[in-house]
Amino acid sequence: MKPEQALQAYVLGLGDNAMVLGQRLIELVAASPELEEELANANFALDYIGQARLFYSYAAELEGKGRGEDDMAFLRPENEFRNLLLVEQPNGHFGDTMVRQVLFDTYYLALLEALTRCSDERLAEIAARAEKEVRYHVRHAAQWLIRLGDGTEESHDKVQRSLDDLWRYTGEMFSADAFDEAMLKSFNGPDLDVLAAGWRTELERVVAEATLQLPGETVMANGGKQGRHTEDFGFLIAEMQILPRTYPGAAW
Amino acid sequence: MSKQEWPLYEVFIRTRGGLSHRHAGSLHAADDQMALDHARDTYTRRSEGVSLWVVRSDRIIASDPAETSAFFSPAEDKIYRHPTFYEVPDGVENL
Repeated sequence: MKPEQALQAYVLGLGDNAMVLGQRLIELVAASPELEEELANANFALDYIGQARLFYSYAAELEGKGRGEDDMAFLRPENEFRNLLLVEQPNGHFGDTMVRQVLFDTYYLALLEALTRCSDERLAEIAARAEKEVRYHVRHAAQWLIRLGDGTEESHDKVQRSLDDLWRYTGEMFSADAFDEAMLKSFNGPDLDVLAAGWRTELERVVAEATLQLPGETVMANGGKQGRHTEDFGFLIAEMQILPRTYPGAAW
Repeated sequence: MSKQEWPLYEVFIRTRGGLSHRHAGSLHAADDQMALDHARDTYTRRSEGVSLWVVRSDRIIASDPAETSAFFSPAEDKIYRHPTFYEVPDGVENL
């Protein structure tokens, strides 16, 4: 595999993570428990979709087949999406959503930081822009985790269960595939082993402050990076793509 | 599930360096940190500010509307408190 091919696939995967997570958060629009939280959530969703646009546009350019950002988001089949299983997990209750955000955003922030130092200039620029947004997302979600964990007995128990349930989707973030390895080798990309250690330390801090327990060793689910997704993903993709697929080229 | 109202906070924004913070509005939040985050998300989405203050509305000591006349009216007939009341004598420099 040529380094350029790996770069293209890698950037496309970054786009998939941002797009799918953005789509999940969009599902919550007009359903937040408080008005202020509603605004915050919609801001976050749009941040991710904005990032997806940048990644997708760049991936489409690198591919050089005349496709654009919309083709990447709306006209690829389910099994070509290489997002992590974690980001496609349903929103569940508010605590589930916040735990998913903490688990992913803590990793994503470290990943973006590392990518700002990669040797591909365009990707480094996109990462620098996204990093600023995600830094705030992590802070917001981590504070909620602390508030819920260190809140009432009920909120503590519920959010501990969220953490236990979502934990098995965290291993995939740090298991390097061929594209990750090519990024590291050819473009000075992120070293996932280094990221894993930093992620663990940061999570331990937040989880301790939230008076929660990190789950123990468990079998980790994987397959998202290879296009093998969990059951709910099909519904997400169907909803996300139905309009452009039904009315090709629709615009307003 | 009990539905308790979150306390009200007042939001003040400094729009640029050198200007003072101005009252922008209010919001609900469960604690101080959340109030700051909500203020950021609600009032500074379009680059409205460079600094934020939030303060719980019930911590503000406000004048009583019922006492307006005792508080503010006595100043109305004391026009000599305004510099324009005084005529500047001819020949005075540096006033």
